[in-house]
Amino acid sequence: MLPDARYHIIHETRYRYASQVSISRQLLHLTPRDCPWQTCLEHHIELDPGPIPGLDESRNDCFGNPVRQFALESPHDTLMVRAESRVELRPRPLPAERPLAGSPAWERVRDMLDYGARPVRLDACRYLFESPYVCLKREFARYAKPCFPPGCSLLEGAQALMARIFREFRFDPKATSVATPVLQVLEEKRGVCQDFAHLMLSCLRSIGLSARYVSGYLLTRPPPGKPRMIGVDASHAWVSVFCPGEDEAAGWIDFDPTNNLLPDTQHITLAWGRDFGDVSPLRGVILGGDTHAPEVAVTVTPDEEPAAA
Amino acid sequence: MPRTLLTNYPRQTDRFDEMLDDAGRLRPSWRVFFDHLDNAAPKEMRHQLDYVRRRILENGVTYNVYADPKGADRPWELDPLPMILSRDEWKDISGAVTQRARLFNALLGDLYGEQRLLCDGSIPPALVYGHNGFLWPCQGIRPPDDVWLHLYAADLARSPDGRWWVIADRTQSPSGAGYALENRSIVSRLFPERFRELGVLRLAPFFAALQESLAHWAPKDDDAANPQIVLLTPGPYNETYFEHAYLARYLGYPLVEGQDLTVRDNRVYLKTLTGLKRVHAILRRLDDDFCDPLELRGDSALGIPGLLQAVRAGTVLVANALGSGLLQSAALPGFLPGVCEKLLGETLSMPSVGTWWCGEKAALDFVAGHLDRLVIKGAFPSQRLEPVFGSELEGAAREEMIGRLRAHPHAYVAQELVRFSQSPSWSAPHERRLLPRGVVLRVYVAATPHGYRVMPGGLTRVSSATDVRFISMQRGGSSKDAWVLSGEPVSAFSLIKPTIGKADFVHGGSNLSSRVVENLFWFGRYAERCEDMARLLRVVLTRLVDADAEDELALLSACETGRALKLLPTLTARKPTRREIQNQLLAAMCEMEQSDGLQGGIRRLLWAGAQVRERFSLDNWHALNRLQRQLQTYAKARPALGEALAFIDQMLLAASALAGFAMDDMTRDDGWRFLIIGRRVERLVFLSKAIGQFLRLESARHPGCLEWLLELADSIITYRSRYMAQPELPPTIDLIVFDEANPHAVIFQVYNLIRYVARLERGLEGIPGDADDGLRAALTRLRTFERNHDFATGGDCLELAALLDELAETSASLSDRLAMRYFTHVGDVRRQTLAA
Repeated sequence: MLPDARYHIIHETRYRYASQVSISRQLLHLTPRDCPWQTCLEHHIELDPGPIPGLDESRNDCFGNPVRQFALESPHDTLMVRAESRVELRPRPLPAERPLAGSPAWERVRDMLDYGARPVRLDACRYLFESPYVCLKREFARYAKPCFPPGCSLLEGAQALMARIFREFRFDPKATSVATPVLQVLEEKRGVCQDFAHLMLSCLRSIGLSARYVSGYLLTRPPPGKPRMIGVDASHAWVSVFCPGEDEAAGWIDFDPTNNLLPDTQHITLAWGRDFGDVSPLRGVILGGDTHAPEVAVTVTPDEEPAAA
Repeated sequence: MPRTLLTNYPRQTDRFDEMLDDAGRLRPSWRVFFDHLDNAAPKEMRHQLDYVRRRILENGVTYNVYADPKGADRPWELDPLPMILSRDEWKDISGAVTQRARLFNALLGDLYGEQRLLCDGSIPPALVYGHNGFLWPCQGIRPPDDVWLHLYAADLARSPDGRWWVIADRTQSPSGAGYALENRSIVSRLFPERFRELGVLRLAPFFAALQESLAHWAPKDDDAANPQIVLLTPGPYNETYFEHAYLARYLGYPLVEGQDLTVRDNRVYLKTLTGLKRVHAILRRLDDDFCDPLELRGDSALGIPGLLQAVRAGTVLVANALGSGLLQSAALPGFLPGVCEKLLGETLSMPSVGTWWCGEKAALDFVAGHLDRLVIKGAFPSQRLEPVFGSELEGAAREEMIGRLRAHPHAYVAQELVRFSQSPSWSAPHERRLLPRGVVLRVYVAATPHGYRVMPGGLTRVSSATDVRFISMQRGGSSKDAWVLSGEPVSAFSLIKPTIGKADFVHGGSNLSSRVVENLFWFGRYAERCEDMARLLRVVLTRLVDADAEDELALLSACETGRALKLLPTLTARKPTRREIQNQLLAAMCEMEQSDGLQGGIRRLLWAGAQVRERFSLDNWHALNRLQRQLQTYAKARPALGEALAFIDQMLLAASALAGFAMDDMTRDDGWRFLIIGRRVERLVFLSKAIGQFLRLESARHPGCLEWLLELADSIITYRSRYMAQPELPPTIDLIVFDEANPHAVIFQVYNLIRYVARLERGLEGIPGDADDGLRAALTRLRTFERNHDFATGGDCLELAALLDELAETSASLSDRLAMRYFTHVGDVRRQTLAA
């Protein structure tokens, strides 16, 4: 079992507009949420131009994620949002204590989630259907089917699907944008972590399973002997599959199709929802400005290293 | 007297007849009204029908213009014969519909709150989590007093056995109540004696109750006695915009669009000419998912960023509550009886039409087996699926449909076929005949602090003769007033105040929204721009028609000036032939692609005008529309020269009618002032540039050239009457630059602009009056020049040209300064940003 881990994270987003923005409103999913394996120890958000009163007020969205928002009502041509967090992670119970093969057959889970005028697991039902970035289509069901042969256990099937995506898709930041439809990702077989997460969600939901989108960070290892570079990381995304245990207790198992592994103490969770749209770290509406893409810099430093400035 | 109206009335025994019972006798509630009809002289009826037609035409025309300037418009149809309901029958209907409103309100409370009905399986999660109308960010928001539905409507139909069924629910922002009002105001005047004698219940108290309720639940300001309530519309391109405008006027609420509102410090404000005004309640006709691009649909250009947070903070009431569109699902009715027991502990009083949601295995199998008796519909309104009649599917088509149902069962609903009851309609082509037509009754309910209250009456929609399966205004159906008989005299309550005291007098409009003002300003500018362009084209085209070789110079110089002003295309050949000039000019005039041409000018003029449609007369509007249509035909088939000239004359005529209307018929409020300022700014820019260019021409002193310059400045008649000689440069310049009395002189524009801008700033408190500084300085320089120069040399010409260039720039910057200060920046793009 892995030891507990502590991290220091800086997530900096910078907009440089070609023309002035007169009003900007932003919704922030930049605060790591607490969960059984993760505690947010410290958190702070800084703005430029700033400060803005009320920014420290946080509420929970309908998925239980902490969310903040602000409005900048004076003209500006740059905007910088810097979130700084310290989190502690504990190892998750999987896979040592509950091997994947021991999970229920995927058809059983599918049938359990289907409507039958009986009490349902509400938290699982929320992630069964289409959402703006996730599509339910025959194409996705067809892609998932070889990974889910009849009687296959749910988690083995999910692992096989994750492995298939990892094998067959190329990581290519130039191939897609946030607006690329997931069907196009399936056709072109390339994209980034958000695309792979949306793809895997589309496959799982198209065969009647429940799965959610997780937004967060991943600890990267600098090349041996080299110091950690500041800001080279990016935000990360993976999926979490609903898997009921014998006692019907809560069961969500994470899968990272970009890296073909089961997230543990190196995946820091920010928020989860139906897809990127529910939890995008910075979602805003501006008046004026332009469509210029922001510069995003993320630095994740383990506690044993000196924290990045 | 023989009952001739009945002898010709074809009854269908497989439907319920609203007027006749099974034995073919008049129902008691119809007797009085029918006797009146039957005894009316044909001439009297004809008069009354003409009255309806006239009234409908007046409003119908308005409706057309509002609905779709591109031409796919539909007139509103009204059948003069009301749908008549007895008092007892109404009691049942009103009890059932009120119960349904209570049920839906409680249902919304659960679905946006604890979701116990989802947990226990009473409602399939697919109908909520799989429904675009479920607004996730609205979960957990509780409206004041837990009232989600402030206005609800149910569509009711009567089956052959006489029972009423609910066939559709409107929980988003029910439309049609305004049309019901409009129908009532016409029909009650058509049969005033019957209306009184039968004691038809009035509609006005219902709307008064709605007003009171909104005021009751609107958050209270410390100082303001009356909450400010607005009606939010998606805008003039919405098909029911006429109704929005009508209701707003009737209820006394400002009609606003999303961009008229702004959120500051979690409060909603209306952007008016005099600054931001707090808004306490929004009666919305905009679909809820469009209401806040920050948290809801990010691609919405119609909403108000930050609205949801203001709602959370409780600083604004939104009616209906955001998220209430969720219940507009064809799949829901099947689950209502159980939900009604659970939430209200009551039996559902009025059934919904038989509905099977295919997401349930048993239902899907039933539907597949009984397809020919059913209609297939989409489970969610966002699917925009046309209903498919199972009986019309055969062989492969039928199998394909069943395959679709099995592939996406959640997305489909099957409904029983409804045979609507029939009610008599007046036959238009026949002299005296009643025709049976299918009817659906839309009944409205409003929340009040004392419970839900029904509008006694409603909007009756009538099927067209050709397709009785559908009842839809979009498919050529008609409408009726609905009369609920009390059998006794009723109060003559009306929302229109009986007397208006001195304190109620309204002058000007302090609530003029910035958007309205901005559109008026641009309307003024575009109107003038079209006129200038038309005049320039006329100058050149007339010289093409009848100029001899001597006037070649005038023709070429006019072309050159037009080109320098970027109003005419650059001539391709160095020494173009007349034919080449003509072709290029006509192309510039007619082609759609020429965004700076006359075509583009008229298009923009109509666009700006459409935003402030209610301020202009119909005649103006028709004239402009005709011109645009004419121009569109020219784009396909180039007109001959003479035809083009005739068109330009018409164009100038319409423009002067518009100008005349502005001067003679519009109220002198700040909106009007902006319109006139727009006109003056545009004319000043045009004249300064044109005269400046002219003065640089080598041929500036040539009489033929001066003549066209005078025509361009619409001053040729004045010149001739003053000098009765060939034009010369100094008097020409005096007339079109320095003559304060000439409305087409440069200096006239400057004086008037200074005057109107000063007046504007005086009226609008707290705004520093420096917008016209540049103009005052320019005026001084012009006057100095006038005193010291006599155009003896070419140097004078160039000096004045430079002065005029400066003036053109000053007026353009005045336009910018006014925009910065007063406008909403309609052109400013609002966009969504996402960062990972």
